[in-house]
Amino acid sequence: MSTVSESAKAYWAENLRIIMFYLAIWFVVSYGAGILFVDQLDAIQFFGFPLGFWFGQQGSIFVFVVLIWAYVYSMNKLDQKHDVHE
Amino acid sequence: MLSYLFIGGSFLLYMGIAVWARAGSTKEFYVAGGGVHPIANGMATAADWMSAASFISLAGLISFIGRDGSAYLMGWTGGYVLLAMLLAPYLRKFGKFTVPDFVGDRYESDTARVIGVACTIIISFTYVAGQMRGVGIVFSRYLHVDINTGVILGMAIVFFYAVLGGMKGITYTQVAQYCVLILAFTVPSFFLSAQVTGHILPQIGLGATLDTGMSVLATLDQLSLDLGFAQYTAGTKSTFDIFCLTVALMCGTAGLPHVIVRFFTVPRVKDARTSAGYALIFIALLYTAIPGVAGFGRVNLIQTLNGPDNAGVEYAAMPAWFANWENAGLIGWNDRNGDGKIQYAAGKAYEGKGNPAYDANDNRGEHGQRLATNAMVGAEFDAAKQPFANEVYVDRDIMVLANPEIAQLPAWVIALVAAGAVAAALSTAAGLLLVISTAIAHDLMKTVINPNITDKQELMYARIAAIVAICIAGYFGINPPGFVAQVVALAFGIASASVFPTLMLGIFYKRMNTQGAIAGMLAGLISTVGYMWYFVFGGGDSADYFMGVSPGGFGAIGMVLHFIVAFVVCSMTPPPSEEMQRIVEDLRIPRGAGAAHDH
Repeated sequence: MSTVSESAKAYWAENLRIIMFYLAIWFVVSYGAGILFVDQLDAIQFFGFPLGFWFGQQGSIFVFVVLIWAYVYSMNKLDQKHDVHE
Repeated sequence: MLSYLFIGGSFLLYMGIAVWARAGSTKEFYVAGGGVHPIANGMATAADWMSAASFISLAGLISFIGRDGSAYLMGWTGGYVLLAMLLAPYLRKFGKFTVPDFVGDRYESDTARVIGVACTIIISFTYVAGQMRGVGIVFSRYLHVDINTGVILGMAIVFFYAVLGGMKGITYTQVAQYCVLILAFTVPSFFLSAQVTGHILPQIGLGATLDTGMSVLATLDQLSLDLGFAQYTAGTKSTFDIFCLTVALMCGTAGLPHVIVRFFTVPRVKDARTSAGYALIFIALLYTAIPGVAGFGRVNLIQTLNGPDNAGVEYAAMPAWFANWENAGLIGWNDRNGDGKIQYAAGKAYEGKGNPAYDANDNRGEHGQRLATNAMVGAEFDAAKQPFANEVYVDRDIMVLANPEIAQLPAWVIALVAAGAVAAALSTAAGLLLVISTAIAHDLMKTVINPNITDKQELMYARIAAIVAICIAGYFGINPPGFVAQVVALAFGIASASVFPTLMLGIFYKRMNTQGAIAGMLAGLISTVGYMWYFVFGGGDSADYFMGVSPGGFGAIGMVLHFIVAFVVCSMTPPPSEEMQRIVEDLRIPRGAGAAHDH
């Protein structure tokens, strides 16, 4: 039984691609904008906030919410496509 | 008294729900029958997750440390992205009740299961002690009862609905508690924001421009610099340290057993994903208001303490909240220059850790202020940096509770905040107690020690374990260890260095075997606990930090260590059974989660 169907393999590979894509954005807004490049971004003003500070304390949280819902949407579509939905 | 009415009323509501949602079977007790709607589960998860630390402490912390506080805001929300994408759906498909269940079954080893139980219990106990303490503080301040009476009252309430209702009772109580706590946090934040900036939403208000022509944040930077503090929007910690702290908090959040278990309560894999989405929306409503509350609170605090002319305010002229919190031992004034005025600036006003040590005699000074035994003598200060020596101690944890009083908001808002703080502490405590009792009754008694016990006996063990856990938690609430904050950091460190990586490997690396998993968990656990122990309790010097990483961030290093050790050991030992590899392949496919759940 260890042979997995081609469809299941493709499903998993595509799932991994989707996760990688969203986690890349997750990393860029939090660790990138909020921590690593915060000083450079702080030179830019954004609605009264230094931009890096805004990403660290507000922006990244908004992006996280959007990311989870985008992931839910992508996965529901993928589940349908590979006929593994419930 | 409005505070009695609000807190008493909310208690009646929670108890009513508990009676309505009693648990009959183990499945109802552990995972609420597995049929909770994703929106309800999202609210319950949010209430479960947002503890006294989020509600009471976080805004205060950010108020005092400014930009470095970003690590907590991002860490405690970003973990949900990891949870939604890397753990929740697959664990739901696997279809067990607990984290040790997954670890023990996936790695086919009771040793791994017992390590999982140990991690779960250590994490949950360290966490629950802080909650009970939070309940005690609120009770003693607003209901004017003794802190110990407050803790016992809190224990009785949690006992009632956690022991009777199990997960089912807790879930629906948490939905109510979420509503109470989100109102209690956002309503005052709207008032504060409108008062300071003219914008209702604190998310926008924090970026607003004041009548002076300066933005709120620029004003904060200026006020901080004038008084010798670091700039509010500039960091003081090293980038690498903040990076590690954020990683540890994010992965720790994703690895907390009481949060993970919430995703076992929904009917389908799809619902596990949406639940995480709803949970983060509900959490973000509070978390995005926190920086505003922190910033406005800081401006109000400085301006109230130092007065409009920025030269200090006479003790007798201070509003009532100052003396109230002074009497609670969380504020102190040491008139170092003898001018009878309160002056707030950078630096300590008391010897040692900086907080006033009041003795039992309640000694009072000439203005009526409390006298501490560790008051600093003399009024030296660096005149190049600040206009006067600091004379004040303000405990960070009182900011959220004191904010409405400092801003002179109506009495009902203050009562609402008190009810919200209690809701935040109780909902988290109940979730943690349930996880502890499940780990003992289900993972230890039923699975490891005696698989022959009946459903009814298992339920009885779970209730007994819950009672014992409540009593131990209450003990810690009444006799708190003096290091609650460090202990909570320990909980996140363990979750990030041992629980999170082992769950991830179990799902994403089919080849991971028993030996690799056990070695990895132990490596993460021992290195993290050892490091924290050495630097927090063992008198280790911060100059010796590994690559400058403070103990709170070491969970990130522990996690890397976990992965390395697990891979090395795994590559030298045989792969897991064909059967197990097939199960791992199966848990990656959503269909069939409902059936898999009824084991």
